[in-house]
Amino acid sequence: MTAQQPKPSRIDWITLLLYYIFVIGGLLCIYASVYKETNPNIWDGSMNYGKQLVWIGISSFIGLMILLVDEKFFYAFAYPIYGITILLLILVLVAGTTVKGSSSWIELGGFRIQPAEFAKFGTALALARFLCGYNVNFEKDRKIQLLSAGIIILPMLIILLQNETGSTLVFTSFILVLFREGLPGWILFVGFMLAILAVMALLMPPLYIIIGLAVLAVIFLLLVRRTTQLIWLTLGVVILSGAMVSSIDYVFENVMQAHQRTRINVLLGKEVDIKGAGYNVQQSKIAIGSGGVWGKGFLQGTQNKFRFVPEQSTDFIFCTIGEEYGFAGSLVFIILYMILLYRLLMMAERQRQKFNRIYGYSVVCILFFHFVINVGMTLGLMPVIGIPLPFISYGGSALLSFTVLLFIFIRLDANRVNELRGAYD
Amino acid sequence: MNNYAKQRTLLIIFISVALIYVSRLFYIQIVDTSYVFYAQNNVLQEQTIYPARGLIYDRNGELLVYNDAIYDLSVIPEQIKNLDTLSFCKVLNIDKVEFINTWARLKRQKGYSPWKPIVFQRQITIPTYAAFQEKLFDFQGFFVEVRTDRKYKHNNAAHVMGYIGEVTDRDIEKSNGYYRMGDFIGISGVERTYEKELGGIKGTRYVLVDSKNRTQGRYKNGEFDTAAIAGKNINLSIDQNLQALGEALLMNKTGSVVAIEPKTGEVLALISSPTYDPNLLVGRERGNKYMELLKDPAKPLFDRPISAPYPPGSIFKVIMSLMGQQEQVLNQNTTYGCHRGYLFVGCHAHNSPLALRGAIAVSCNAYFCQVYRSLINNPKYKYVEDAYNEFYKHAYSFGMGHALGIDLFGEGPGVLKKAAYFDKLYGRHHWQALTTISMGIGQGELGITPLQMANATAAVANRGYYMTPHIVKRINNHANPNPEYNTKHWTTIDTSYFPIVIEGMQDVIEHGTAYIAKIPGIEICGKTGTAQNPHGKDHSIFFAFAPKNNPKIAIAVVIENSGFGATWAAPIASLMMEQYLTGKHDTRKALLERMLKGNLNHRNDSTTTKTQ
Repeated sequence: MTAQQPKPSRIDWITLLLYYIFVIGGLLCIYASVYKETNPNIWDGSMNYGKQLVWIGISSFIGLMILLVDEKFFYAFAYPIYGITILLLILVLVAGTTVKGSSSWIELGGFRIQPAEFAKFGTALALARFLCGYNVNFEKDRKIQLLSAGIIILPMLIILLQNETGSTLVFTSFILVLFREGLPGWILFVGFMLAILAVMALLMPPLYIIIGLAVLAVIFLLLVRRTTQLIWLTLGVVILSGAMVSSIDYVFENVMQAHQRTRINVLLGKEVDIKGAGYNVQQSKIAIGSGGVWGKGFLQGTQNKFRFVPEQSTDFIFCTIGEEYGFAGSLVFIILYMILLYRLLMMAERQRQKFNRIYGYSVVCILFFHFVINVGMTLGLMPVIGIPLPFISYGGSALLSFTVLLFIFIRLDANRVNELRGAYD
Repeated sequence: MNNYAKQRTLLIIFISVALIYVSRLFYIQIVDTSYVFYAQNNVLQEQTIYPARGLIYDRNGELLVYNDAIYDLSVIPEQIKNLDTLSFCKVLNIDKVEFINTWARLKRQKGYSPWKPIVFQRQITIPTYAAFQEKLFDFQGFFVEVRTDRKYKHNNAAHVMGYIGEVTDRDIEKSNGYYRMGDFIGISGVERTYEKELGGIKGTRYVLVDSKNRTQGRYKNGEFDTAAIAGKNINLSIDQNLQALGEALLMNKTGSVVAIEPKTGEVLALISSPTYDPNLLVGRERGNKYMELLKDPAKPLFDRPISAPYPPGSIFKVIMSLMGQQEQVLNQNTTYGCHRGYLFVGCHAHNSPLALRGAIAVSCNAYFCQVYRSLINNPKYKYVEDAYNEFYKHAYSFGMGHALGIDLFGEGPGVLKKAAYFDKLYGRHHWQALTTISMGIGQGELGITPLQMANATAAVANRGYYMTPHIVKRINNHANPNPEYNTKHWTTIDTSYFPIVIEGMQDVIEHGTAYIAKIPGIEICGKTGTAQNPHGKDHSIFFAFAPKNNPKIAIAVVIENSGFGATWAAPIASLMMEQYLTGKHDTRKALLERMLKGNLNHRNDSTTTKTQ
């Protein structure tokens, strides 16, 4: 088959429409968050919104390029792209620029880019390529499972070294992809229970938790029909949980950096830190909370004008939505975001090719994870982890990488009809 | 689980999160109205509460330094809105150029941020403050901060107290951001050494300010506020009455007085003359006044008693007597003749020959040159360097040649050379006692600060040890916690050698060179010194302690270029000891008058030629 140009009718216009709604809406929010009466020119290239406008142009152009590329390209070059992003990540470690405590930037002729952003779709491509082979059985083959984990963990480790906790955590969203590809549900469940245990470990002394677990285990054993195997199993679970709780306590006290500890403590309500993380969240909540039902209207937000919400154009952009458009606006935003996720989920599921499906799921899970953390953070439900809200937040690297991430999938999806037809040819 | 179910599971997770977030939004945007309130009072202002700086008292609880409120005009640049520059300048009484210059200066400051409060004008006057307060409405972004500056109840002890001033960039850097541009910090004296104790800890108050720059109340009832912790109060070991008398006595004279309580090392008086009024270095004019004082040729800022080394002259004979005995080259019966001098060192007329006690009483130069010679040419040591090093070691043990560690900034080490210095000058083994004979009578390569003199007297008074002199007696009514100030520093002289020397020192007062210093009913032991120096007339030096048994005060007085030790230094020391021991200083009216009125400064210009 010769190179296929997707016909316009085969592009998923709904996704594309949602993309532009978010990007344009985001631009307006950025404009509102750094708006000054003295300098209202939205075209000003020195301000964040002016720069973002340029980035939207660049992203649209690159998005168009992606739509014009042969869909086989992504399959064929999945590993090289992954390799390049890994190399870039290592390069950052050597020659990176430090911005706000994280050394994750590379200076490229006046532009700063953040390779960690691009590692997301690099990893998604590599994982899809790896798992789509005909003789690959993820469900059964232990070696395949380990290698998949390796593909995901390698960039995580490098990004962690760059002191970018937020971007590192994004890669945990791939666990949902693996779940779709056959990772047993109980691992998800155990992971969820472990997360609960971890939070408890931070909230109270490990000894109490261990005692509590032991009591639960005894009650459990009294209620069920006891077999030797079950008793040993229960004992094992209690001991392992105890070990985990203690080690979390140790890591928290001895390995984590002070600012990370503070952020977590603030979230858990153990510490009040009005100047640091707690202040940010408090101000963010004031901004959102003061929006009321209908919001204060475009450019009418007061909290942002006095710069009470820090990082408002990047990590705390949701505050502007909450403050200026109120509950109604926030609700619309969340519904639109959910429609996008649902749409992408549908698209992923309708793919005939495993490669396309796995990549699609990766896109969905990455976008979902960003949404959970970013919006949760502004609402005081998640720790303050600096990751952007996709398509909305200010930031060239982020916008570009999300665009590439999404448009590759749109391109892959646009080809599905060809496959069908090819089958009848 | 089939694929459809897996997709469903993911969808359920997505929707649950969305529902949780929507309900959270519903709660904070619609149910909980407190956020609207905070947003309406839309400016959260972080105000710094400056702690009151610790007060300073003298040893008897007399207040010396207290605080006075001053008003600083601060601004958060980003909050300025529609500023009427003209009326603003009018209220502050500045012109447009100054207004523009101030802005330019503020923006150049390190750590400038348009969202952080900075001081626009320091220490505005109370009328300006009042006028400003009325028009606060017009000047959004500006506010007044209250701080405290120092006030001095007496004009005394300027050098001891030191002064406070604005922090420098380096201070800010070193403090990890605790200090802010415009904060006060101790720059010299006790204010500097005890900055940590006196300074207290700043507090923070979060205040809600509405869009019209009016304070609406405290943020969350002050839940996030931190209270300022006031600085600790300090009791100096200085006796204010003694200090004041001493400064009066040194008026129009150049010199120093140091008085120490021998048992404790507490400094009772520390006088540097000429001095200045500490109230000069306070307030808006601080900088200008400081420059004036700095340019004054009389150098009033120079802290003489702790940093200026003087040749000790004859008071060093006391130390010589002790060293000689310790080194077994001298005992109380050793007698030397005096033929009005020793080689090229002259002496005055007195009975001859004399034993140790008598030699101290009349301050015989020949006698102590002999002692020095027998010390340095001591056959016990093979080389002159070894013998001299013993001399060095003994002098060092009295606190000479090194900073004693007083709790004031700028203490000098004095001058005490090691043998290596003379080796370099004359060649190894190529010098001997006669080469450096003048050191035997406290001249030559010897420089001792008045503090070291007083400390040496205290060591004699204690019969063999001194306590490190210090100026702060109590902090918040607890004894100064520095362990150094509770440690006895033993000299290298055996206690048994002291009594005969002390007898000699008593003779100095009873019928020797310092008869003028005698106070009826008090046993004083002292020694005069008349130190030749390259700056003009001899320095008049005297050190003494009293009473002889159970000494309460050890004192050293240096009056520069004024003649014999007995002429000025001894009477001044006597009057001050009388004041400290009896609480009175006017029993010898004529002497007091003469000392108070003595004006030596006009004589300083003519360098009188020195004769023996």
